Amino acid sequence: MSAPVATEPKPAPPAVETLKVKVDGLEIAVPKTMPDPLTGKPVPTTMIQACTLARTDVPHYCYHPKLPVAGNCRMCLVEFGTPAMGPDRKPVLNPDGTPKIAKSPRPAIACATPISPGMEIYTTTPGVKAMREGVLEFLLINHPLDCPICDQAGECKLQEYSVDYGQATSRFVEPKVHKPKQVDLGPRIVLDDERCILCTRCIRFTKDIAGDDALGIVNRGSYNTLSAYPGKAFDNNYTLNTVDLCPVGALTSKDFRFQMRVWFLKETKSVCTSCATGCNIVIGAREEKVYRYEPRENDAVNSSWMCDSGRLNYKWIGAENRLTEIRRQNPGAGGEKITWTTAAKEIADRLLAAKPGTVAIVASARQTNEELFLLSQLAKKLNALTDSVPRIQIGDKLLLSADRNPNSNGAKLTGIAPAQLGSNLRKIAEGIGKGTIKTLLVFGEDVTRHGIGADLLAKLDTLVASEILPNQTTKLAHYVLPGCAHAEKRGTFTNGKGRVQKFMKAVEPRGDARPEGEFLHELVAAVNGNPGFTSIEGLFNWMAREIPAFNGLTWGGLGDTGVTIVLPS
Amino acid sequence: MPQEFRLILKYADEPGYTPDIECYLRHGGYESLRKALAIAPKTLPDGKVVGAPEQIRDDVKLSGLRGRGGAGFSCGLKWSFVDRRSGKPIYLICNADESEPGTFKDRQILHKDPHQMIEGMIISCFANDVKLAYIYIRGEFPEGARILNRALNEARAKNFLGKNILGSGYDLEIHVHRGAGAYICGEETGLIESLEGKRAYPRIKPPYFPAILGLYQCPTIVNNVETLCAVKHIVGMGGAEFAKLGTPNNTGTRIVSVSGHVRKPGYYEIEVGKATIGQLINDFAGGLREGRKLKAVIPGGSSAKVFKAGEKFKLKKKGPDGKDIEQEVDMLDLPYDFDSLMAAGSMSGSGALIIMDDSTDIVAALANLSEFYAHESCGQCTPCREGSLWMSKALHRMAHGEGRKQDADYLLKIADNIPGGRTICAFGEACSWPVQSFVGKFKDEFVARGEADEARRAAGATRPSHS
Repeated sequence: MSAPVATEPKPAPPAVETLKVKVDGLEIAVPKTMPDPLTGKPVPTTMIQACTLARTDVPHYCYHPKLPVAGNCRMCLVEFGTPAMGPDRKPVLNPDGTPKIAKSPRPAIACATPISPGMEIYTTTPGVKAMREGVLEFLLINHPLDCPICDQAGECKLQEYSVDYGQATSRFVEPKVHKPKQVDLGPRIVLDDERCILCTRCIRFTKDIAGDDALGIVNRGSYNTLSAYPGKAFDNNYTLNTVDLCPVGALTSKDFRFQMRVWFLKETKSVCTSCATGCNIVIGAREEKVYRYEPRENDAVNSSWMCDSGRLNYKWIGAENRLTEIRRQNPGAGGEKITWTTAAKEIADRLLAAKPGTVAIVASARQTNEELFLLSQLAKKLNALTDSVPRIQIGDKLLLSADRNPNSNGAKLTGIAPAQLGSNLRKIAEGIGKGTIKTLLVFGEDVTRHGIGADLLAKLDTLVASEILPNQTTKLAHYVLPGCAHAEKRGTFTNGKGRVQKFMKAVEPRGDARPEGEFLHELVAAVNGNPGFTSIEGLFNWMAREIPAFNGLTWGGLGDTGVTIVLPS
Repeated sequence: MPQEFRLILKYADEPGYTPDIECYLRHGGYESLRKALAIAPKTLPDGKVVGAPEQIRDDVKLSGLRGRGGAGFSCGLKWSFVDRRSGKPIYLICNADESEPGTFKDRQILHKDPHQMIEGMIISCFANDVKLAYIYIRGEFPEGARILNRALNEARAKNFLGKNILGSGYDLEIHVHRGAGAYICGEETGLIESLEGKRAYPRIKPPYFPAILGLYQCPTIVNNVETLCAVKHIVGMGGAEFAKLGTPNNTGTRIVSVSGHVRKPGYYEIEVGKATIGQLINDFAGGLREGRKLKAVIPGGSSAKVFKAGEKFKLKKKGPDGKDIEQEVDMLDLPYDFDSLMAAGSMSGSGALIIMDDSTDIVAALANLSEFYAHESCGQCTPCREGSLWMSKALHRMAHGEGRKQDADYLLKIADNIPGGRTICAFGEACSWPVQSFVGKFKDEFVARGEADEARRAAGATRPSHS
């Protein structure tokens, strides 16, 4: 068996020519070109990119590294100079032999101005400070200054730069411009035009990234107003990215607005589970309640974006009807609460007593690689027929995958699912029907909706259902095990392109619910007699040794943004 | 006494002169185009062959022609920036979006002698290998657009336009595009955006220099109506001959629009620099009204910095021995040209003199100008969008009896945060220069107004005592 080493699929980019510039006196070599955010083609490196490489912060509102440059906010104005040229077109030198720098009489916007050899960029001069103060003052004169009730408070760029460039009092004594408030822009977005600073980030994202020419500016001058196309709702599956992009509190999410002050949110790195893309996210939670998902930058997966449907698919985590008790049930005749210890012992006893080949496992491609791996260990020992449920819908060209399972590849690589997900489900149903399968373990699926109906389930000697929310299968199960949402545990998924990505725990599980991996570890230990690993790190590293496609991976090596493996063809 | 020198408006106001092509042809029309198309390739001593277009471009450079739209930039230099190696088509746009308050010169040409402009445009297109050109005319000139379209049809019928022009093998089409009523469409990159069907937001430069990435991201030349007319005359008389008109570095003629408190407001064509501001006011425009004294002059359209009556400037002049000598010049004695007005801290801009006599309420006058710029700011970039309306509101307040004595400094501080490269286009300068210069030069009036208002308010009066 070959052991493919985990590699990045893309070859290293060819070396780019560099040129030297000085940022506030610090000389650095900067690539002459950088990829265009939209086309990826090399375009001249700009001052702001050079400053970023020099670890110098240049304040900005309209500039965003993933969007086409607009250059309208003027916050990133810097002063600069270039080597002076004599009439002979040769550089003029200082007495000490260094090139004489001719300072430009006019400032330049760092976001759009290309660098040139020997350029000196000045970001800390009194002139630059004065320009930043001037721009900030202009942005604030007509701003409602309603920070106490603004959802952006705490993550607002007006607030942020006010700390550095703001004034304690305003000299503005004129009446403010009034614009539409609480504009219902679309099903998920509310707009406050008075807070808007007209940076056009939302317009550019929507037009150039989401491909929907839905937003624009109407009216003129200081009365400029962001608007959706008149009479049309701003409604594509990526609208909520504009809320993230909005540097101020103009665009707010109907779902999140007024729910929680952002500074109370604990941020946890995680992965979206709504499709096989596996967009990297940050979960914002407070006191064991999830309030929002936001995309987390990962250029190998989702750039800086995520879709609205994935972003809003978290409410179930805090649902009132979560399964919170371990139960032993006599379907149709009630049941009782038991402990994990009892459940583990009794289920292990039943599995050990089962004849090889009489056990089947329906796992979920929403489970983690580690859980699926543990189930595969069980299946191997029990010679069980296994599968998971496919979820194929319509995808899009941007992020949404047609495969709505987050871990179909994990299910396949661990051997739980055949190459064609779901193709064993019929065999399992037939086995139960014929009486050859007497024990069924179901993890995270309602099999009654996938060809194994209640009549078949009633024929089983043992039905174990591990679930998060109640369903027909849990109702008919002999053992019900309360499971965890991904936000309540750690683990990894393998996305549609073979990127293995880990996610961290954001909130505590509900009631007696506990990460499936922990219980499975006990079950595998009892059935296989192999103690295995109790920690997620140990479990992952064990799995990485056992599963060829994962060979070479380590939990620590995955980092925050994952590693792409070569998927077996 | 200086005289008008009518080159471009030579026939326009003659009795019986009509804008149709027959009249134009009777007056020697399209002869310059014939001449241009017939220029033979020239072989240089080094064996390099210079074609007719390049010869015309060289002649325009030699003529010293400077743009008549506002910036006074060398036309020959502008043409030399055009990227001719991109493989993309080159476009030429005639900027007929004449909107600067006080300016009404292009309108005379468009209405009275459209073929002259079209001829100049065809020659300019030929000189720059342009196959498709546009006339962007402001929306408020419906009559001008109608006249131009008729003139273009006439020119097409006579094969001055279209395929194989006059058998030369050169093809050109020109379309008229009407604006929808925005001053900013006169800014060349705003104009290009508007022509592309977008909101007229001026483009950032770099990277969108029209000569490289202009209309439809192709190399593009944008020239003013009067500039294109001058090209016709340069080809007609030769660049060297044209350069003899006017004064060194300020060649040719300019049509100066004179408005405001003069007896004979109107347009006067002069050799550039051959008449002073004082002569334009007194000798051409009939002087001030009876019993009135001059208070201020805006020399180049409303965005130019104002001159105060009696203001003196130190200008450098070449003495007989070739050395620079400094000379004190009264505002009225400034030659009306590009360089002198720039040296005096203002500009000749669009060639529009706005005269204000001592009946002028300087606060109200500036409030009026500022309101215009606040209304016309496109709102794309922060300093201009917010600053223009802020200044306008403050001036409106002052003009309505609600001034404060610190308002003069307040206005200057706002205005100082707008120009000098802080904005995407020159509108930032256009809206702040009037405030900087009016308040700077008439500060005592602004302060006095604020103090009077404060005193009146302190006394409990609610109605303004003035205006």
